[in-house]
Amino acid sequence: MKKVLVLAVFALASAVTYAGGYRVSLQGNKSLAMGHTGVAVINSSELVFFNPAGLVYLDDKFNVTAGMHGVFSNIAYQDTETGANAQTDSPMGTPFYLYASYKATDWMAFGLGVYTPYGSSVEYEKDWAGSHLVNNIDLKAIYIQPTVSFKINDKLSFGGGPIYVTGSVNFNRNLNRTLTDLEGNRANVTIDATGVTSWGWVASTMFNPTDKLHIGATYRSEIMLDAEEGDATFENIPNSPLTPFENTGIKASMPLPAELTVGMSYDFCESWTVAFDFNRTFWDVYESLDIDFVNEDIPDSKNARNYKNASIYRFGMQYDATKMFTLRAGYYFDESPVREGYFAPETPRNDSNNFTAGLTVNLGEHLQIDASFLYSHFKEIDASYNYYFENGVAVPFSGTYKTNAFVPGLGLTYKL
Amino acid sequence: MKNILKYTFALLAIGFVSCEPEFDSPVTDDGFYSSGTANLSKYVSVGNSLTAGYADGALYITGQKNSYPNIMAQQFAFAGGGEFYQPLMSDNLGGLLLSGNQITENRFVLAVGPNGNPGPVRLAGTPTTDITNHLPSTYNNMGVPGAKSFHLVAPGYGNVAGVPTGAANPYFARFASSESATVLGDAVAQNPTFFSLWIGNNDILSYATSGGSGVDQTGNFDPSTYGSNDITDPNVFALVYSQQVDALTGNSAKGVLINIPEVTSIPYFTTVPTNAIPLDAATAGALNAQFGAYNTQILPGLAGMGVISPEEAALRMINFSAGQNFPIMTDDDLTDITAILQGPPFSLPAPLAILLGQLRQVKSDDLIVLTASSVLGTTPDPNNPQGVIGVSIPLSDQYVLAVSEQARITAASTAYNATIEALAGAKGLAYVDAKTALARVANGGIPYDGGVLTSQFVTGGAFSLDGVHPTPRGYAYTANLIIKAINETYDATIPMVHIGNYGTVTVTNN
Repeated sequence: MKKVLVLAVFALASAVTYAGGYRVSLQGNKSLAMGHTGVAVINSSELVFFNPAGLVYLDDKFNVTAGMHGVFSNIAYQDTETGANAQTDSPMGTPFYLYASYKATDWMAFGLGVYTPYGSSVEYEKDWAGSHLVNNIDLKAIYIQPTVSFKINDKLSFGGGPIYVTGSVNFNRNLNRTLTDLEGNRANVTIDATGVTSWGWVASTMFNPTDKLHIGATYRSEIMLDAEEGDATFENIPNSPLTPFENTGIKASMPLPAELTVGMSYDFCESWTVAFDFNRTFWDVYESLDIDFVNEDIPDSKNARNYKNASIYRFGMQYDATKMFTLRAGYYFDESPVREGYFAPETPRNDSNNFTAGLTVNLGEHLQIDASFLYSHFKEIDASYNYYFENGVAVPFSGTYKTNAFVPGLGLTYKL
Repeated sequence: MKNILKYTFALLAIGFVSCEPEFDSPVTDDGFYSSGTANLSKYVSVGNSLTAGYADGALYITGQKNSYPNIMAQQFAFAGGGEFYQPLMSDNLGGLLLSGNQITENRFVLAVGPNGNPGPVRLAGTPTTDITNHLPSTYNNMGVPGAKSFHLVAPGYGNVAGVPTGAANPYFARFASSESATVLGDAVAQNPTFFSLWIGNNDILSYATSGGSGVDQTGNFDPSTYGSNDITDPNVFALVYSQQVDALTGNSAKGVLINIPEVTSIPYFTTVPTNAIPLDAATAGALNAQFGAYNTQILPGLAGMGVISPEEAALRMINFSAGQNFPIMTDDDLTDITAILQGPPFSLPAPLAILLGQLRQVKSDDLIVLTASSVLGTTPDPNNPQGVIGVSIPLSDQYVLAVSEQARITAASTAYNATIEALAGAKGLAYVDAKTALARVANGGIPYDGGVLTSQFVTGGAFSLDGVHPTPRGYAYTANLIIKAINETYDATIPMVHIGNYGTVTVTNN
């Protein structure tokens, strides 16, 4: 019977999860304002991220741009069968970027970028209906990327460089749907790993068939974050050999998937630019999130994710209205990597329609203020996560989700 | 330029301030769920320990929070239900104090013993709920552990001075509105718009849990003469029950009536097997030799003398064999032959005559109560290893609910249930057949989203560690049954709960 009980308490225990679709496309205010296009837009040192090969075509000797976005994302959940409902109260996400480019010669440019392409910050009401899957999560990954670019001629260039990543995750969920201590407080676990580092690379090319038309392609490699020295902290565990949970170390791996972008831009009527980017994110590497508790008495946690590769279609437009103002607008359609039945509440991502706008204010010759705004619209969706198990029995967590995100951003560009 | 920046940012600010995502039809909107023709704004629940949320042999806070009325009230809140207040205990230990002296035991928890096996033990600690600490408020949950049907209308049932003598109930004493208050009176005084009534279980249950040691009072219409383990006369039940329904519906309130489950549905009576005694062939043979004269001479002799019937003689035969055996027991429904055996022609010594006086073996259709598991097979006299309970010492009658006793319970509960169903029909109230529903849990179980809910003791999920009262999951199942009946009767759409979200037994080591 003891064995049965341990299982009962606990085989269910394991749905530690990261965000679904935890890519955060906010790598520059100028680009974001144009639907986050940019692989073929020669604008500023945002190219360090979007297409390092393009840096050699910048007019400036030196270009540095930095900025930040405030991510106000909201998730509402309800289950009409029981009336259960919840709203996230997530802290504002603050992805940032800093890019610098230096044209050493006419045919060679150096770049340095620091940016945050992956991350998630979601906070549900504690002990909400899906608390056995997630109470809160905070995932951060900072990319540091030096690049070098070579101009073959006025039509063709190449660029690339290594990427150093440092990441952290803090995640809390209840152990299962029912376990409490004697006073009725829900048993929960916090997984924490900081300073997880890894390496990757980026390579890109730009091709200019005419001086109005630009075509670009960028590939950013998959980076596997292997947390070797994380901590698991258990709280509100009953004092019983049947619930052998105690604080221990963890090991876990999580992929930051590879991404391929191709796109083009076209300048027309003197002051207009249109751009189109296509992203393919190779999410299929994210099959399962497995957490290995160092304490062997605590069964490892295996959580099916089974993501599929997903595409994003981006459109953007730029208008140099006056000497002082450049106006931008854009739209993109973001396909969810989440398959049916794998819809977990850490980041309930269904397909989204995204609308962007923004402007640059030129303050003299050297300084620009960049502002942007993004509204992400998700349709209301009935969905479920079917891979949470209790005693070997799958217990789907289903309901209706409605998500949105509002992202204002502000940045500065300095050029010489 | 300044202005443009200002307007841009004002626009952005408006964007993310008004950014809460809205469902097309939110469950929190008025009218998403309907109470139909019922008005749930003031719900009062009336009943006994089941209504109070009693579990694991005690009343304690987390148990109360998972009482079926409280679970229902949370769901009622989606359909116009109001606040629901309960007379919460002071702790999760569950024992009661009377002026500092503990008068009821703490709750059970599932603890792993020194041998590595988990089992129910009483939770250690000094409880803090003193019944002399009177709660001045009124409470929606009028569930009073231990109450029988007629107690709900008995003045003084909440008088703390009557607790030591058993004239009053310690749980009701905590929140009775006055020394002379009745449970029913305090419930009706709250002007409920909706009520639930689940009473009558204890009118048979204490008889059952005591192994039928009380008296079947059928025919005695004066409950003031009843002992605590007696069966209540069905006419008395019908009288007080209809009085209660009349009072609760007086304010044109709607409500739900719940009937009385069978005792055979609960693990207290189904966990200990009737053939619990393992014997090898040699021991069985030796025992049979000892009872040889009883089987072959005394019983036929008594039958021949007409002292006992041939049927009783057959019933009293003792027979052991290699393998699992039925324990011997004392059955006070048998003819007491102690005195006769001491006289001629048997002239047995007194101890042997007393042993055989009302002796028989347990039969497969008897029920052995859960508490027998701690005495069966034990040797109460450490100096006499031969004195084994169930083998050479009869199991006391209080541990066995004999077939004859079960029949009295069935007769009474069938009569109570007829009253309940008829009143529900006559008054147009919702009616819950808990008897059938609980029998389903006991026979095969109820599938839910994490397994199957069964009556298996400890592991089945439906019953707490006292073997009688439900777990939170069992109470959630009960709440769903009642909500379903309310929805059907009153054309309502109150949402049910996922019973898998409710816990079962509490594991903890002292």
